[in-house]
Amino acid sequence: MLEVTDLHAFYGKSHILQGVNFHVGEGEIVSLLGRNGVGRSTTIKAIMGEVPPHGSIKFRGEEISGLKEHEIAHRGLGYVPENRDVFPGMTVRQNLIMGIKDMKKQGRWAMEDMFKMFPNLRERADVDAGVLSGGEQQMLTMCRTLMGDPDLVMIDEPTEGLAPKIVAQVGDLLSEIAKRGVSILLVEQKLAIALRISHRLYVMGHGHMVYEGTPDELKANEQIRKEWLEV
Amino acid sequence: MLELIFFSLLNGVVTGLLLFMLASGLTLIFSMMGVLNFAHASFYMLGAYFAYTISIYLGFWVGLIVAPILVGLLGAVVERYGLRYVHRWGHVAELIFTFGLAFLIEEVVQFIWGKDTKAYHEPEILQFPLFTFFGQNFPAYKAFMLVISIGIFILLLLILTRSRVGLIIQAAIHKPNMTAMLGHNVPLVFMGVFGVGCALAGLAGVIAGPALGTFPGMAFVLGSIVFVIVVVGGLGSLTGAFVASLLIGLLQTFAIALDYSVNDLLQLFNISFDADSALRDLWTLSLPQIAPILPYLLLILILIFRPTGLFGNRET
Ligand SMILES: Nc1ncnc2c1ncn2[C@@H]1O[C@H](COP(=O)(O)OP(=O)(O)O)[C@@H](O)[C@H]1O
Ligand SMILES: [Mg+2]
Repeated sequence: MLEVTDLHAFYGKSHILQGVNFHVGEGEIVSLLGRNGVGRSTTIKAIMGEVPPHGSIKFRGEEISGLKEHEIAHRGLGYVPENRDVFPGMTVRQNLIMGIKDMKKQGRWAMEDMFKMFPNLRERADVDAGVLSGGEQQMLTMCRTLMGDPDLVMIDEPTEGLAPKIVAQVGDLLSEIAKRGVSILLVEQKLAIALRISHRLYVMGHGHMVYEGTPDELKANEQIRKEWLEV
Repeated sequence: MLELIFFSLLNGVVTGLLLFMLASGLTLIFSMMGVLNFAHASFYMLGAYFAYTISIYLGFWVGLIVAPILVGLLGAVVERYGLRYVHRWGHVAELIFTFGLAFLIEEVVQFIWGKDTKAYHEPEILQFPLFTFFGQNFPAYKAFMLVISIGIFILLLLILTRSRVGLIIQAAIHKPNMTAMLGHNVPLVFMGVFGVGCALAGLAGVIAGPALGTFPGMAFVLGSIVFVIVVVGGLGSLTGAFVASLLIGLLQTFAIALDYSVNDLLQLFNISFDADSALRDLWTLSLPQIAPILPYLLLILILIFRPTGLFGNRET
């Protein structure tokens, strides 16, 4: 479904992505692991066109590198940024409405689904998103992207800095997303959730992939974990 | 005295809402681009001239509808093929571009329509006094201006706060990247806002032309006041633009209506002055005389005591 080949990206003169290769299949949950600063976020941003990509990015067999961000979103790619980028001056409901790309199309998700999964969001539907807790904001950014009915959603460190109970909720939402036939590219630093829900995992080193395997294979491979993941 | 206050209040609101039709677009466009559009009032002037020419052939009412649309389309073209292209060279280039555009439009207007004031008049069915109060007439055309500007104000408010388009505009202003990645075409939104902002300025020109005169200097006269308004209100703040528009509208009409001089003020405190002193001109200075510079005095006061403007929160 998503096929990235020899992807390079730059911030000014610094060469951040140095030939990234990976793919995500239809209905697959794939995790992208790695220490801070190895270029995981940049990989997603290059796919979304926020950082100019050099190389090939194919989505459903079509080249999308060079398209504008909104065009890429309309092809069916969803992006949940790492910093819980809600619209703070808008209410929860308005944030969710902002996620809808096409008012005429009924997608996999309705606002009611979000409220069922997260009663907190229903309770605070008419409250400014800026005053929500970190966990609620994380849920909101994920739900907002889902409102646009993506076929593949790329989620950047959704559990960072969250309490264990909320981390579990994030895990549940990821399972629900997968159940509805949406592919997931999950960027994480911590192993727990990624090992539990992924079909395949990649480990990223400095600007390129250094390992690819199943959760069981990675669990067994202590050397890779030591060298590239543990701090 | 009562009728004076009544009419000044009414006239002040008419002027204020007219100013807001320009200030709202200017401040929205500022929020998006990060620079003030010096040519904004030129679109106001084009609205008046377009409507004048259309009214000769098709009447006032056709001009009222068609002229703002033409001005809006022209604005959209300017954004799409001018500003968006200049944008890559930064804010200074954009400023110079809008500055140049203002001069260009003024020259073109003089070239096509000449330097004199055009005989662009209110339609005949609005040429009657709507009511008389203490022997003073309130023209129907002023009431018409009031109705149009209140209508536009309510429409703008509803669109910006109640509609999805309004949400997308706000989002595109504050977080253009995030908005684009949710699938919204941010450049198109910007072009639309620029076009609609220009159309509103054009509409203001259409209805102000018969009342304030249609002449090549009209852009400059109103443009500088509108700049004062967006700075006083706080750059990028629509609420601020609204309050400042009314404030300056009222300030100007009251200053013209209340014929007091510095001398009257001093006499209030039992101070008299030597009629032959060198400062005589200062003592006899009256409010109507200084009315035109009052907005700028207000601007200076605001810049000294509240540089972000009344409702501004942006670092400048
Ligand atoms: N906006 C930016 N400007 C310059 N360098 C950046 C920027 N964002 C990230 N970087 C650098 O790019 C590298 C990769 O960053 P990032 O993709 O965010 O890593 P990760 O998400 O894996 O932690 C880091 O060295 C970081 O310092
Ligand atoms: Mg990151």
